[in-house]
Amino acid sequence: MQIRVDAEKCQGHSRCYALAPELFDIDDYGNAHELNDGVVPPELEVRARLAQANCPEFAIIIGD
Amino acid sequence: MPSIYGPVTDWASDFDHAEPAYNANVHQIWDDLLNKQQCPVAHTERYGGAWLPITHEHVREIAYDTEHFTSRSVVVGVTKPSQFDPQPPPSPIGNAPPISSDPPFHAEARRLLLPAFSPKKIDPWAPEIRRICHQLIDEMGDVQFIDAAQQYSQDIPVQVIARMLGFPVEDADKFRNFVHLVLESVNEDRETRLAKFMIFDEYLTVQVNDHILNPRDDLTTYLLNAEIMGNKLSPEHVGGTIILLLVAGIDTTWSGIGSSLWHLASNAVDRRRLVDNPAMIPVAVEEFLRAYAPVTMARLVREDFDFHGHAMKEEDWVLLPFPAANRDPKVFDNADAVIIDRQENRHAAFGLGIHRCLGSNLARLEMNIAVEVFLERFPDFELNESEEVTWSVGQVRGPRKLPVRVTARS
Ligand code: HEM
Ligand code: SF4
Repeated sequence: MQIRVDAEKCQGHSRCYALAPELFDIDDYGNAHELNDGVVPPELEVRARLAQANCPEFAIIIGD
Repeated sequence: MPSIYGPVTDWASDFDHAEPAYNANVHQIWDDLLNKQQCPVAHTERYGGAWLPITHEHVREIAYDTEHFTSRSVVVGVTKPSQFDPQPPPSPIGNAPPISSDPPFHAEARRLLLPAFSPKKIDPWAPEIRRICHQLIDEMGDVQFIDAAQQYSQDIPVQVIARMLGFPVEDADKFRNFVHLVLESVNEDRETRLAKFMIFDEYLTVQVNDHILNPRDDLTTYLLNAEIMGNKLSPEHVGGTIILLLVAGIDTTWSGIGSSLWHLASNAVDRRRLVDNPAMIPVAVEEFLRAYAPVTMARLVREDFDFHGHAMKEEDWVLLPFPAANRDPKVFDNADAVIIDRQENRHAAFGLGIHRCLGSNLARLEMNIAVEVFLERFPDFELNESEEVTWSVGQVRGPRKLPVRVTARS
């Protein structure tokens, strides 16, 4: 699984960082970005989906 | 204070968000609007003309559309900004950046504040917030009947922001009164409001000047040293920003904590679940934010504009009811049920788009710790049925009196 934060849409609600700090980080200006080039290890796939479902701005994209 | 326009008979054509009947029956009102109208946007001639969209899609569309909708004023009042202040600060800055600003200036004003409210700056406040919560409970003594809004929820955000700003903590009452003036007295006449503003302005000047003379490691000194487009902020801009932080951060968080405790006082099963399993609190707090979202914002229509068949006029108000968006069945399963372990919850309690609440990391931390400490110290409590719960009116919604009977303490 592959994840990506759409920087245009992200407004820094920090939900992804709170729910899956292994997958996302957020900078001082509220811009979130994916860690590890967006590669999600199988055991974290559930959390990646959780982060996506909790992003108020629909900014998290999941691919294969 | 109730609206000056009097009771509402038709919520679709004559709504009034500041009538006590609005907050008291808000779910019914939204449901009726959704069921009756093809395109549910309510209108009123009150306030010189205002609109109320209620679906998540419409609220999102307006929040994202800074071209047709300006943030020049985000609190609906009986006077339009152009009448209130014939020479307003030039757009896109507004009188309380960044909340009153539009692009492109908005990003500059916001950039200045963002680092001070990032998770990594806010998280270290947790022990201090916890200490404040415990102290408030200590101060209640052994009594059985307390007011969880007045004696607890209300004080937490005030005490926290006073410490962050480096202001005397004993001045909390001054902040609170000032915030009420701004948020709850939309119907008072202009002279009365201005006179009250002046008193607070003088107080602020004293505090800011003291920080100019004695810089220290706090938010006020941070603001005095900060630069916007290469220039240091004037003391007036610093004062204006402090006012914004007080107005934006106090009644809102008070409401968020109060509504959470109101829910727990009224729901024994949910209360038990969180007492037995405090690790669930953060997920529950997100659900309280969704179901009892405290804040409705507003925009002004920039120029005459057709919004899905609704003829909006220049300088009409448009409310942004994030609480209504949070109950949209198209976005949330079982939207009208409060499900404290709801896993998928992209609620919009902190807004959508470029004005996303700057204090959201702080507000969440305060709400989480406030609920956690309350449940830890009072593992059982219930509404004190012999007294009435009262709710605020206007754009910030939360309990203002929350009489509770404590039935277990530790
Ligand atoms: C539960 C508590 C809170 C809620 C529900 C809340 C909600 C909101 C909402 C909905 C907005 C969007 C405004 C808009 O779209 O026009 C906003 C903006 C803002 N909030 Fe909060 N807020 C809370 C607490 C706080 C706190 C604690 C602070 C700071 C101490 C704060 C500071 C701000 C600021 C500065 C803005 C303006 C941001 C901008 O325009 O870029 N808020 N808040
Ligand atoms: S939850 Fe969405 S908007 Fe918030 S920081 Fe993450 S990606 Fe950005």
